[in-house]
Order: sequence, then structure tokens, then C-alpha cells
Amino acid sequence: KATLAFVETSGSKITPSSLSALRAAQQLGNPITALLVGTEAKGAVDEVKKVSSIDKIVTSSSEKYDHYLPEQVSPLVASLLKDSEYTNFVVAASAVGKNFLPRVGALLDLQPVSDIIKVVSTDTFVRPTYAGNALATVKSKDSQVLVSVRSSAFAPVELGSASDVAVEDVSFVEGGNGAEFVSEEIVKSERPDLGSAKVVVSGGRGLKNKEEFDKIINPLAEKLNAAIGASRAAVDAGFCDNSLQVGQTGKVVAPDLYIAVGISGAIQHLAGMKDAKTIVAINKDEEAPIFSVADVGLVGDVFEIVPELTSKL
Amino acid sequence: MSSKVRILLPVKRVIDAALKPRINKTQTGIESAGVKFSINPFDDIAVEEAIKIKNEHKDLVESIHAVSIGPAKAQDILRIALAKGADTSTLIDVQDQEVEPLQVSKILKAVQERQNSNLIILGKQAIDDDSNQTGQMLAGLLNWPQATNASKVKINSDSTVEVEREIDGGVEVVKASLPMIITTDLRLNEPKFVTLPKMMKAKKKPLEKLKVEDLGVSIEKRLEILKLEDPPARQGGLKVGSVDELIAKLKELKAI
Repeated sequence: KATLAFVETSGSKITPSSLSALRAAQQLGNPITALLVGTEAKGAVDEVKKVSSIDKIVTSSSEKYDHYLPEQVSPLVASLLKDSEYTNFVVAASAVGKNFLPRVGALLDLQPVSDIIKVVSTDTFVRPTYAGNALATVKSKDSQVLVSVRSSAFAPVELGSASDVAVEDVSFVEGGNGAEFVSEEIVKSERPDLGSAKVVVSGGRGLKNKEEFDKIINPLAEKLNAAIGASRAAVDAGFCDNSLQVGQTGKVVAPDLYIAVGISGAIQHLAGMKDAKTIVAINKDEEAPIFSVADVGLVGDVFEIVPELTSKL
Repeated sequence: MSSKVRILLPVKRVIDAALKPRINKTQTGIESAGVKFSINPFDDIAVEEAIKIKNEHKDLVESIHAVSIGPAKAQDILRIALAKGADTSTLIDVQDQEVEPLQVSKILKAVQERQNSNLIILGKQAIDDDSNQTGQMLAGLLNWPQATNASKVKINSDSTVEVEREIDGGVEVVKASLPMIITTDLRLNEPKFVTLPKMMKAKKKPLEKLKVEDLGVSIEKRLEILKLEDPPARQGGLKVGSVDELIAKLKELKAI
């Protein structure tokens, strides 16, 4: 029995969501083989060696795996899993993991379990459904169980001292009919990553426009070294980029502190942040649903309260 | 483009997005009696996009076929798709059975073969089970290119399709030739409401009813739901009167 864990990398680093997925892989209790792909894969091998329970590292360095195109990555993963000792396959429920995991399932006739938030046993997991309004305990009957891991629900693994782990290189596996990568545009930010930040300051429609959003939210986020988030309403109104959206259809976050500014708290938004340890809500409407989940609420004008809060912190 | 485009639109009937679902007493499912159902919001975006593509490329798009897998009542959402501009439709009646993404994909593959569709557009996820799998699995079964979480779709004159996708931290553009699968994200478009006259007219459009056996597929469950429960309730609701009190409370909670 063993677990194959897909590790996404960025330069020589393991991505934060993969560090969380590795925690879930450790909880399965079996030896872990880490899989890294793409031309940069080898650069992150040293970091993977610092994760405990890693038994073996498999890399495949073809440039075809750059950008993690699902039509290319899935046949490789399927070929490693097919007729193997792996009883589990684990990947982060990131944009990359969500994109290729179901395709692997289709190739192997397996039904993946998406977005797990708890490992009960090697075949049983808890996952949110209905925008987090119902938690389902799901048992898989498949011979090999494929899961994607919601990173906010698992603490990232710690990196210890490097251990002596065997590294095996596997060659490119012929891919399916695929789309080709054209370009990408990643929003550059000085702020911590939204998915893994300890503190998140989020703005909503109550901030009126983009200028006010920046003027009110940025200084507070800077003061707290926080990531910036937003409600769907704020994104739709063009106050900020869509990649900052917190909610059922955006990012799901579980920081130590979440400050919701001018956010009313629609079900879809609550789905994305209600697992934060401490929630603060600042809103002029005292009836706003956000107050029912907030540990501390303050009713009033965000344009006065937030600058005062920023200056007093 | 050398060949004509035949669009397939899988649409799912789900509990309305504005409702908070209630878990039944036996903790096995969601109460559905007396609950309002709607078209899955992401599938609604898919329908809108198909119609938009047809309007912008009239000579190119030969047909739009909508399909739903669900109870007899899923006809209601097929009628919406027809009213919005789909030409024909199929209901795969599975009564009240829950069908998992792998089986949904197998059924949709059979429908694709019947319709000879070469462009499939569907929502990135259904807002009930939140799996986010069907588009990718169907692409895998068909060995077609996939472009998930689309925020922009452009059909080029050289018979390729360019899709801007939402990814972590930004967007990515991928390009493929037909046949292909696109799953829709929120920013792709804003679905319009259907007018009553259009709904009336849609009643005359074809709606074929099939059972899974007719397609040579059987429904086999791989996942067993042992329990469905409410998430732990938050003890929220405390309000303070000033910024100073707020800071004091946060210190007390060791949040800052």
C-alpha cells in the first residue's frame, strides 16, 4: 500500500497548496511517492526531500508538462497508477489539480473525491457540498482512491532536514488531444498569497468604487501583513481582480483572522471564509448577515472606522 | 472553419442558489419537498455563451442541443434552454437517482455520439455536489482538449478556439481545435432572463425523453455517502461600539 502525491512547484519551491495536500497524504498513513513534473521539477527535489514520510520521488522533466496541461499530465499520472501498488492518489484542489484529476479518473474508470477537508481513513473522507452548507462523509468503493485536497483545511507540512530519498526519472508519456498553452497573466502583488495568508482583509460593495477600495483596504492589509480578498459583488463591480474573490466560486480561505469590510455576507461568500478562526465584520447595515458569523462586529461607516482602526493598530 | 459547429449543452437541475439547503432527518440527503429548483447557474452561463456564439457566427453554428440528466421535472430547465435559443433537447430520465460525475460523463458521451456534437459547453461545477469534475471527465473519455473555468471564448477564423481561463492568481489563455470541451466560470457572461413569449414558443421545440438503458449505460455508484451533516455552527453575533473596543476584543481573542 502506498500513496502517490502530486506536488506542484514554483521555481525551486513547493506551492503552499501542495504543502497542505502533502499533510493529507501523510494522514493516510502509507509511504508516499512524490511526483513532480515539468522542466523545473528537478529544482524542487531538494525541498521535497525535507518532507517527512516521503519514500520516493518521481520526476518527469519534459517541457510538455510545463503549465500542467491536463491532456498531458493525466496520461502520465494514469500510467503510474495503473496496475501499481498505489492505493491512493492525492493532489491539491488548486486550479491545476481540479483541472487534471477528473481526467485521470476518466482514463482509469475511477470516481475521484473532490475537495476533501478531512481524512477519515484511506477510503473515507469528509467533503463540503452545497457551498459548504452540508458536510458529506464519503466512502469510495474504487480500488484506487483519487482525492483532491482543500488546502485551507490542512496545515502545510513542515520542512525538516533533508533525508536520503531515491529519485527516479520517468520519461514522457504520450498525451491526449490537447489544448496548447498560449499565455498567462498572473496578478503581481506585494501582499501574501490569499490562499495561505494568516490574516485576510476583504472588501465588498460597501466600498463604493475601486479608488476607495484601494484607499481603505490596502493600508489596513499592509499594517497587518494581510492578503487582500473581496466579495463577488466587489469583483463584479470592478473594484479589484477576480483572483481575489473569496467564496463558493472563488478562493476558500481559513486564516487566523478575517476582516470583512463593507461585505453583507451572502451564502456564497460565507462559504469561502466561515472557517476562519476569528471573523471581524465592519458594515453600516446592522442587519447584514455577516454579523451572524462574526466573532466581533462593528456597525458604522467603513470610511471612518477602517482608517481609525488602521492608525490605532 | 471547415466543418460546422454542433454544440451540446449539458444542463443540471439544482436547488436554487439563493436557498439554504436543509439536511433531512436521516442525514442521508437534502430535503427537496417544496423547494425551488433552478438551472445550475454555471450551466445557465454555458447556455448564454452558446447562443452568443451562434449569434456571432451564424454560418458556422449548425445546431445547439441541450441535454439534462435528472427527474422528469428537469424538463423545466430544458425548456429554459430551448427558450433561450437551443434548437432541440433530450431528457435522460433517471428519476430521483443521484448520478456521479463519472456516470454523468459516460451518459453524456453517448449523447455526444448520437448528436455528433463537436463543441460541448457546460458549467465548471454544479452548485449542489460542488464536484467540479464532469467537463474534465467527459473530455478524458472522449480524448478531447479541455478548457475549464472559461472567462472569455473567442472563435478564430483559422478554425481554432481561444479560451481565457481563470487560474490561481490570474488568467491563462489556451488554444485548441474542435472538437473540444469548455467549462464556464462566472465572468464569462451575464445570463439574461427569458421572456414569457419565448417560453411559450419553446414548448413547440423538440424534447426527446430517454432512459439510461436506451443509451447502453448503467448507473453504478462508486461513492457511498455515509452521512450528511451541518457544518459546525459559529458563535457569532457579538457587536462592539467603537474601534477601541474592537481592538481590545481582538487582543483578548489573541487575534492580533
